[in-house]
Amino acid sequence: MKKLMLGNEGIARGAYEAGVRVVAAYPGTPSTEITEAVAKYEEVYAEWSPNEKVAMEVAIGASVGGARSMVCMKHVGLNVAADPLFTAAYTGVNGGLVIVVADDPGMHSSQNEQDSRFYARAAHVPMLEPADSQEALDFVKLAFDLSEEYDTPIFIRMSTRISHSQSIVNAGGRNEFSLKDYIKDPNKYVMMPAMARARHILVEKRMNALAEYADNTPINIIEMNDPRIGIISSGAAYQYAKEALPEASFLKLGMVHPLPKNLISSFASKVEKLYVVEELEPVIEEQIKSWEIRITGKELFSRQGELSTSIIKQKIAGVTTIAAAPAEVPGRPPVLCPGCPHRGTYYIMKKLKLSVSGDIGCYTLGALPPLTSLDTCVCMGASIGMALGMEKARGRDFAKKQVAVIGDSTFIHSGITGLIDVVYNKGISTVAILDNSTTGMTGHQEHAATGKTIKGEPAPVLNLIELIKAIGIRNVQTVDPFDLKNVERILREETEKDEPSVIIFKRPCALLSKEKHPPLAVDEAVCRMCGLCLGLGCPAIVKKQNHVEINYALCNGCGLCMSVCRFNAIKRQELTGEAGCSPGQASAISKVNAVSSNQEGGES
Amino acid sequence: MKTVNILIVGVGGQGTLLTSRIVGNLALSLGYDVKMSEVHGMAQRGGSVVTHVRFGDKIHSPLVEPGCADIILAFERLEALRWLHYAKADGTVIINDQAIDPMPVIMGVSEYPADTAEKIGKVIEDTILIDALDAAEELGNIKVANTVLLGVLAGRLDIDAFLWLKAIEESVPPKTVEVNKKAFMRGYQSFNH
Repeated sequence: MKKLMLGNEGIARGAYEAGVRVVAAYPGTPSTEITEAVAKYEEVYAEWSPNEKVAMEVAIGASVGGARSMVCMKHVGLNVAADPLFTAAYTGVNGGLVIVVADDPGMHSSQNEQDSRFYARAAHVPMLEPADSQEALDFVKLAFDLSEEYDTPIFIRMSTRISHSQSIVNAGGRNEFSLKDYIKDPNKYVMMPAMARARHILVEKRMNALAEYADNTPINIIEMNDPRIGIISSGAAYQYAKEALPEASFLKLGMVHPLPKNLISSFASKVEKLYVVEELEPVIEEQIKSWEIRITGKELFSRQGELSTSIIKQKIAGVTTIAAAPAEVPGRPPVLCPGCPHRGTYYIMKKLKLSVSGDIGCYTLGALPPLTSLDTCVCMGASIGMALGMEKARGRDFAKKQVAVIGDSTFIHSGITGLIDVVYNKGISTVAILDNSTTGMTGHQEHAATGKTIKGEPAPVLNLIELIKAIGIRNVQTVDPFDLKNVERILREETEKDEPSVIIFKRPCALLSKEKHPPLAVDEAVCRMCGLCLGLGCPAIVKKQNHVEINYALCNGCGLCMSVCRFNAIKRQELTGEAGCSPGQASAISKVNAVSSNQEGGES
Repeated sequence: MKTVNILIVGVGGQGTLLTSRIVGNLALSLGYDVKMSEVHGMAQRGGSVVTHVRFGDKIHSPLVEPGCADIILAFERLEALRWLHYAKADGTVIINDQAIDPMPVIMGVSEYPADTAEKIGKVIEDTILIDALDAAEELGNIKVANTVLLGVLAGRLDIDAFLWLKAIEESVPPKTVEVNKKAFMRGYQSFNH
């Protein structure tokens, strides 16, 4: 049946059809929907693991146990999972093992734009790269077969524009792949030096065999057309190039590691001018150049950001698409939602002028104006280790004006070991866990402390307080981040202490909270325009020329602005059911160029 | 058939995704090749969001290029201006007459641009301003504002109204089918070609 699917859904469907039994992942944009989609199939066991390393290990274990298994992550998640990856490349597989990694060129929702293809080369693991959702489905199925045939884990590389683009997919049925026998085989699965040396030889043999396969695989295709321009490309870049230069000849690579050397040489000999069009790093280009084939790549294209049809058309054909210059308009950065529990915590941290080592999640948005609370954000879990490092560099007086801020899901992901380090090495860090009872930024996934599995089944709840106490933290307490007086008192007390503390700021994500409050309004007669409420950075509170206004439609009624207002100028409105949108106009619709409209204006 | 390029823009949380999916699924059912590119993750938190919808005989890139959009459907005025350079000179810009102040405006660092629709109307002849929230309110359910906008968009595409109504029926909650159909027709008839 023909359906529109995200590339990520294509991956999930392909895995399902290939008979996958076990899928593990930690959420991360742009990869999250793969695991969400695959979890909907009854036949498949799926889990949110605490982090990508554990997810990788679960998938490796399932593979050794004889099942077809898959692990999914974003590019930076692969850094976390790199340790098991490099050795799983030596052990090989029993049931097929597919590793899906989604890169984010242009950093739509990431802290860097690393190129995962380097991992394929570094770990000696083959890598396929689909260019649309149908290929995502087909390549996953092929990947499971290759994984078993060549006894290797195998990568599928996605990127934001493939993961989050919908295209047409022909979905098929599930091929029940029966569990393979499990046979104890220490020479294959116990990687001590003697065994690993023997396996390393096999790894090299396998890569040679795969290089031969690459020359003959149906997913590396030459599309001969005008021989004056030849383009080697893959993934999203291929689609842009094909759109830009439909008359050119193409070598479309479905397999990006190892590269098909003979096929590339043969294509090079058929075209006059050879280009490689690839996003991010010149991974394909440098290999081809090392074979002394003349090819043009990064001489024309940037290593930064995404490519596009227009860029390729301009750089290769010299044709510029006519478009107006972008209008100069105010930016619209993402913001903490109205009612977001993190807002109260950051408001007080800013007031106390604390240095904040931050972490990865919705709460990273606290770095933006007007809260501007974060000093650092590097990677998942870094807040705690970095706070300790700052303390060791600058001393205890500095540490007493500093907190580490980390979300609940991120704390479980990789904050726990940092906290152990603080205790063990006698730090005095204050750690704030912003616990909104979900994995927020990626779209509300369950985790070990939410009490539910990915399939919505009840699960044991990780007791954070007991865990933190067991680590050796004596000062641990929970506070409601909207209780600003207590937030301030506790932050003052705990940062002052000569020993480490953990404060859990607990309140559910405003998008999930079932609590409903009537929205608020500013009493203009009372408001002194002091601007304190504007410092909260709530998108519902708007500064007008002579007053402050609360957008009725956006306000979630959390009441935080009421508690910062010194003049009691903010009051709750009655719930009347009337939406506070613009007053009814005679005609709601107007043709701008036909009707001179006075409905427009800067203020609403 | 010539490829149709549509850009649906707005503010994270406004429901641009659902609207684009209705368009894409209808194009699919009519036998076209379809690609759509969506925004997930960080930008969804109240940031500027854009969905690209392309359909025709064969679609390669999932993205509409600047200067190439046949139609821009903007759920918010400022976003219409932000993405205007994507419009074709002889294209259509549909603007929902709603303003959501971005953080720099809230903080008083920048000003919300005045006369957005008039500015756009000077560049793009076929510019339509519609207060979809108001129209939806008149229909008794502000949640169908997006369907009013979809109706205006549909009025600019060469696809029969009853096919749209069928597509809406298949993609909205059963209880809201009637009001959604009314909302669609409200938009569709307003500027039918």
